[in-house]
Amino acid sequence: MNNLAIDMKDIVKKFGAVVASDHVNFQVEKGEIHALLGENGAGKSTIMSMLSGIYRADSGSIFINGCLTKIRSPKESMELGIGMVHQNFRLVETLTAVENIILGEKGSTWRGANWMKKKTKEIEELAERYGLTFPSSVPVWQLSVGEQQRVEIVKTLYRGAEIIIFDEPTSVLTPLEVDQLFKTMAELKHHGKTMIITTHKLKEVMAISDRISVMRKGRMIVQTLKEDTTIQELANLMVGQEFNEGVPIESIPAGRPIIEVRDLFIATKEHNNAINRIDFTINEHEIVGIAGVAGNGQKELAESLTGLIPWTSGEIIFNNEKITVPKVKDLIDKGIAHIPENRMKSGLAGSLGIVDNLLMKSYRSTERGRFGLINKKATNQWAQQLVEQFDVRTPDLISPVGQLSGGNQQKLLFAREVDLKPKLMIAVHPTQGLDVGAARAVHELLIQLRAAGSGVLLISEDLDEIMQLSDRILVLFNGQINGIINRGQANKEAIGQLMAGLSRKDEVVYESKIVI
Amino acid sequence: MSQKSSFDPLSMKTAKNDHGIPFKLEYDPHKKSGGWWVPVLSILLALILCAIFIMLNGMNPITVYTKMLVGAFGSSFGLSETIVKAIPLLLCGLGVAVAYKIAVWNIGAEGQFIFGAIGATAVTIFLPNIPGALYIPLMMLAGIAGGAIWGLFTAIPRTHFQVNELITSLMLNYVALLLLDYLVYGPWRDPQGFNFPGTPEFTPYQMLANIGGTRLHFGLIFAIAAVVILAFFLAKTRWGYELRLLGANPTAAQNAGIKINKHILIVMMISGGLAGIAGAIEVSGVAGRLMYGISPGYGYTAIIVAWLAKLNPWAMIFTSLFIGGLIVGGYSVQTIGLPSSFSSMLQGAILFCLIAGEMLSRYRLKRVK
Repeated sequence: MNNLAIDMKDIVKKFGAVVASDHVNFQVEKGEIHALLGENGAGKSTIMSMLSGIYRADSGSIFINGCLTKIRSPKESMELGIGMVHQNFRLVETLTAVENIILGEKGSTWRGANWMKKKTKEIEELAERYGLTFPSSVPVWQLSVGEQQRVEIVKTLYRGAEIIIFDEPTSVLTPLEVDQLFKTMAELKHHGKTMIITTHKLKEVMAISDRISVMRKGRMIVQTLKEDTTIQELANLMVGQEFNEGVPIESIPAGRPIIEVRDLFIATKEHNNAINRIDFTINEHEIVGIAGVAGNGQKELAESLTGLIPWTSGEIIFNNEKITVPKVKDLIDKGIAHIPENRMKSGLAGSLGIVDNLLMKSYRSTERGRFGLINKKATNQWAQQLVEQFDVRTPDLISPVGQLSGGNQQKLLFAREVDLKPKLMIAVHPTQGLDVGAARAVHELLIQLRAAGSGVLLISEDLDEIMQLSDRILVLFNGQINGIINRGQANKEAIGQLMAGLSRKDEVVYESKIVI
Repeated sequence: MSQKSSFDPLSMKTAKNDHGIPFKLEYDPHKKSGGWWVPVLSILLALILCAIFIMLNGMNPITVYTKMLVGAFGSSFGLSETIVKAIPLLLCGLGVAVAYKIAVWNIGAEGQFIFGAIGATAVTIFLPNIPGALYIPLMMLAGIAGGAIWGLFTAIPRTHFQVNELITSLMLNYVALLLLDYLVYGPWRDPQGFNFPGTPEFTPYQMLANIGGTRLHFGLIFAIAAVVILAFFLAKTRWGYELRLLGANPTAAQNAGIKINKHILIVMMISGGLAGIAGAIEVSGVAGRLMYGISPGYGYTAIIVAWLAKLNPWAMIFTSLFIGGLIVGGYSVQTIGLPSSFSSMLQGAILFCLIAGEMLSRYRLKRVK
């Protein structure tokens, strides 16, 4: 058994009444790529946090390379040769890659130019050995997401990691960058490193891993070799029920146009052509998906259509009415609903209760109270009804919504927005961070809106979601529409290439715009 | 569980405790600030801390505290004096609390108070011959206007130029103070006042009526009315809801179509107006004229009043009485040889413990195995 890099036995961890890890056994062999699968809240992160010294187990034992150990801090974890590449990178944006990597290093008081030169060389050599390239002397914020991730990987290697944990590494990457990452992982494996990857993307698991562990609700369900399983089986194990490929969507002929966007141009302080002359129309009974890598104008587009930022030129005609001065309040009243990108940051107020969060869009209406007052009793009844209708699991109506699970928060947000009976729903990353069950509920809600005659603008990075729901897919790249694909004609590779700025004929359609 | 920010940087920092201490502090992002026990415990802790100081002075803390208690609340004179101090504290406290509700850190109540006092006095100086019954309403309105304008001087730079209100509101206190000095030493000085830095004494029409032969005056009614009105607006109206939302999550409020800047301007006018009417009441109810040093720091002390009450208007009735009592009680310990600044020290200690308590109540103490 001494071929095991990690051997966790009978691990129990409780957070209050919640058992996050229920007598979990987890083994990783040396030199393998091990995928840890599970929905959000299945306990993956808890297990990984124990390995990286952030949490300690209530009971159970951990053997690293055959030795019984207690990992009491991230530092000790590092000393044991465990490195972690976090989902949200732990980098200081204004420092260079090299400075980030040597940050916190002890043992040298004087750090002159020579020392830096030596370190830079050392790090560059290390990076090269594993085929990881990134500009080492520009501030990290100027690097692409993929490059930043490579910096994180080199950071763990530099600190002597033999076991590298990747926490949802592909969630922020483009398809091309994912390929690159997988090549890197193969290279690391070749050098004898052990890797654990946590994810809920099944196809990636099948592409990269040697062995697979599936967790569900704090329990280890199965450990298996990749060859012995299929995607379908893994999906079933993960959700614990028959998994079917998405919610069925009936074909409804599109109605009259709800929103027409013509020659829209948006310049912001950060980006002087965030949206660069785009045209599109959304009709009744239609879901239009916007695909694209983050930062290609999606945020600005959503903010303009909801009145949060003004556009520079072009026309937006909503419901046959030209919108001249965009105001959030007017647009809400006209019937534009919005599921913002980050629900806790801009959709809900975490410290307030259910009622106050549901009121956000409708507190001005006479139904909620007259003469500038809010009728508490009627409002509470209304809130209770919405909670039941949308199946929001909450102990009561006043406890802070920050304590609800992500899925329930999103349901609450949908309850509020759908209750407005919107003509247009702008949903930005509506299933980000949700488990399969909650994501399915969100998809059903969007499909119901479409059936009821609303138009939906769906902005998402999840191609499966976009392809499944959209009647039409627009691919945004550098603020422009780089391709339009109708339902049924979509395939992932084509969208991926359009997202990366390539046209369908594989030619580069943009010149390098990096001017310093 | 897992999404409960398992990689919270603070918890990482605290988890590093590996020096054999069997406990660690863990930040809980979803925990609201502590309950009512925080102010109560911080007062107790402050009393204990100051007891050490009293003992170092060779006195018995129990005697001193009893003396303060009796001085502040033990006689009708003491009680009325306590209430006289509590009135401006309550009004200024309400003022700063409204601003704090939407995270606008107005520490300029002192300046707004002074400007309210100047505004009220301006009525007596520039309108010497109006019907007597008009004086009090006009003076109160002028006080509110003065404070509100002074509040806007803080609000407008914040909304239009992103200037930190903490700094402007604090610095404007000194501007107001110096302006007061200029007026009472200069153009507004009473020519018959034997060089006393103050305006001529107000006529009876310009004074608020006293209650029951003490210094207690009808400003009390204004203060209580302000509590009732403010509490009603905060709890029951759309405006109150908008403030609650802005305080909890300004980005979400913006997404709901609430204009932050508009609210900052309105709230700072209300905040300044409340401090301003406190100033107007002080000159017309207590001092009877505008004079040098019209405020012994009510605007600053009001910050303690507001936080002790956890920004709750009703609770501020009690905290303002408590702090008012502390000031009055401070006078009575002078007779047994402690300086009256002892009460300032006690106030400082309370604020210190309060802030620490509020901060630490967001952490959980965990046993480490």
